[in-house]
Amino acid sequence: MAKRAPSSWSVRAYLRRLATGDVVAHMVTLIFAASIVLIATLLVFQLWNNSAASRQQFGWGFWTTQTWDPVFEHFGALPFIYGTLVTSVLALIIAVPLGLAAAIFLAELSPRVISDKVAFLIDLLAAVPSVIYGLLGIFVVVPLMRTTIGPALKDAFGFLPLFSGPNYGVGFLTAGIILSIMVVPFIISVSREILLTVPREQREAALALGATRWESTWKVVIPWARTGITGSIFLALARALGETMAVTMVIGNDPKIRDSLFAPGYTIAAVIANEFTEATGKLYLSALIELGLVLFLLTFILNGMARLLILATETDRGRAS
Amino acid sequence: MRIVKVLGMLAALLMFGTAATAADGQVLLNAAGATFPYPIYSKWFNDYHQMHSAVQINYQSIGSGGGIQQLKTGTVDFGASDMPLNDKLLGMFNQKILQFPTVLGAVVPTYNIPGVSAELKFTPQMLADIYLGKVTKWNDKEITSANPGVQLPGNDIVVIHRSDGSGTTFVWTDYLSKVSPAWKSQVGSNTSVNWPVGLGGKGNEGVAGLVKQTPNSVGYVELIYAIQSHMGYGLVENSAGKFIKASLASVTDAASGAAAKMQKDIRISITNAPGLQTYPICSFTYLLIPSKIADSTKRDVIKTFLRWMLTSGQDMVESLNYARLPKAVVAIEMKQLAQVQ
Repeated sequence: MAKRAPSSWSVRAYLRRLATGDVVAHMVTLIFAASIVLIATLLVFQLWNNSAASRQQFGWGFWTTQTWDPVFEHFGALPFIYGTLVTSVLALIIAVPLGLAAAIFLAELSPRVISDKVAFLIDLLAAVPSVIYGLLGIFVVVPLMRTTIGPALKDAFGFLPLFSGPNYGVGFLTAGIILSIMVVPFIISVSREILLTVPREQREAALALGATRWESTWKVVIPWARTGITGSIFLALARALGETMAVTMVIGNDPKIRDSLFAPGYTIAAVIANEFTEATGKLYLSALIELGLVLFLLTFILNGMARLLILATETDRGRAS
Repeated sequence: MRIVKVLGMLAALLMFGTAATAADGQVLLNAAGATFPYPIYSKWFNDYHQMHSAVQINYQSIGSGGGIQQLKTGTVDFGASDMPLNDKLLGMFNQKILQFPTVLGAVVPTYNIPGVSAELKFTPQMLADIYLGKVTKWNDKEITSANPGVQLPGNDIVVIHRSDGSGTTFVWTDYLSKVSPAWKSQVGSNTSVNWPVGLGGKGNEGVAGLVKQTPNSVGYVELIYAIQSHMGYGLVENSAGKFIKASLASVTDAASGAAAKMQKDIRISITNAPGLQTYPICSFTYLLIPSKIADSTKRDVIKTFLRWMLTSGQDMVESLNYARLPKAVVAIEMKQLAQVQ
């Protein structure tokens, strides 16, 4: 038999607490929460282990090398890091104002009936598989970019290096546009929910003080919901950083660092998806896995910076008030 | 293509599920690797199962790289690769791996030049120079001199290549390495390379889509894909100086031309093969079979299947637009089959 319990009294108390469900709930949720940590740790462990050959060969130079040459086995991540950051930032530049404005309209200005119906459609958009967005990119955005948007941008801003050089229709800008279309539903959906949770009294107080509808929204409701809105933006950023299929279909897949937004580029997720299946040779495979590690760290760093940003603004606000 | 892949995997899973519960006397073989020959492999394995109901072969088309990895770790009974394994790769195995060519594929240049409907002729040097970024305009002398009578515009050439690792890229770059020393030293050949110029499209359909959409572009696709999607493609000059339009017959010809050399090493590349009617950009795809198979039932099944694949199996390949193996190559493989023990 097993060891005797220390005292029958504590066993009875334990059973009683068990019966009320608190301990069970506590343990189950603890296990689930711990599993998240476990999964993340395992992921890093695997990436770290399997990229050993490449880490030993290239060291930190992997982060700064611009060549990606599977034939002569010389690998560097810089063009992919650049492409990942540029497309994600472009996506946010387009998607954040758009998504936020839409969320404000849906939460603050439109009748509830319309708001709920549109919100349903937006949730549908968020569930569309990325390959569909990629096809949308190939058949609609790319030709439009080549014949209409690109030339128009060139006419207006052609003097900037950002909008110079040949325009093939595929490239950083097209990828950024497609990504922005993909992440905008996240921003709208989450921000709208957050805005709807802002207490009615907050708005009424502002209006009572003589604020206009817009002033109460901009100066009271948005600051109240700021943390949640920022959260929605990070969710969008995370999706943009890791997006593979839609990006690879429209970015041109050329690992080079170029000024022009019309130029073709490459992202980390895209090159892994493209080359992993047919990669032969230890160093090649391990370099691809190290790219995965780089993407993981990049996401980690960006998220960390975002957290710090929130913390900093929170304390600022605390001090001001 | 993706859908085909996913369905293939699902089918493999389903088959695995049913086979796991199958009665004794059943032989279940697992294989994994190249995606290019997947349609013919699944037809072969399926038809073979119809004839020998006790034998089931599951094939997962996860890519040549994955096939090689899984064979190395022993999770599959045999692998498949679009690229012959070089000595360095073979050295990673703890036993000898035999490579059996199964079918032939070819790669063709395709292009989109507004106002030009004639079939363009490509010389080897021209293809290498375009892909190296040395020839940048369609009315370059190198192109016009091979295409007298065709009015070519002075526009910039937009070069398009595969972005995903693929046997197609291996064949294309292997060919360019053979015909251009500059290509060999600067770029080389592999399933993915460091392209000097150009845009990448994912898969045959990605390259075809980019070519179709981008004026003044040139790309390369699998012959099967070009035939099935009714795409136009260019002629390529072979080693005898003749411009050949790729067809299943001219691809099989290339393999016959190379058969003599295959006696010594079955892995010989057949790009730029000799022969008047041979198309120069083609290759085999291979099954990777361990030379020592401990399980005698499995060994017998694999050997019987290979023998069938090399004989009656070859009659099926052309219906799926693959080029069949020439007789001389089949003879060499039959001999190699004896080495499986």
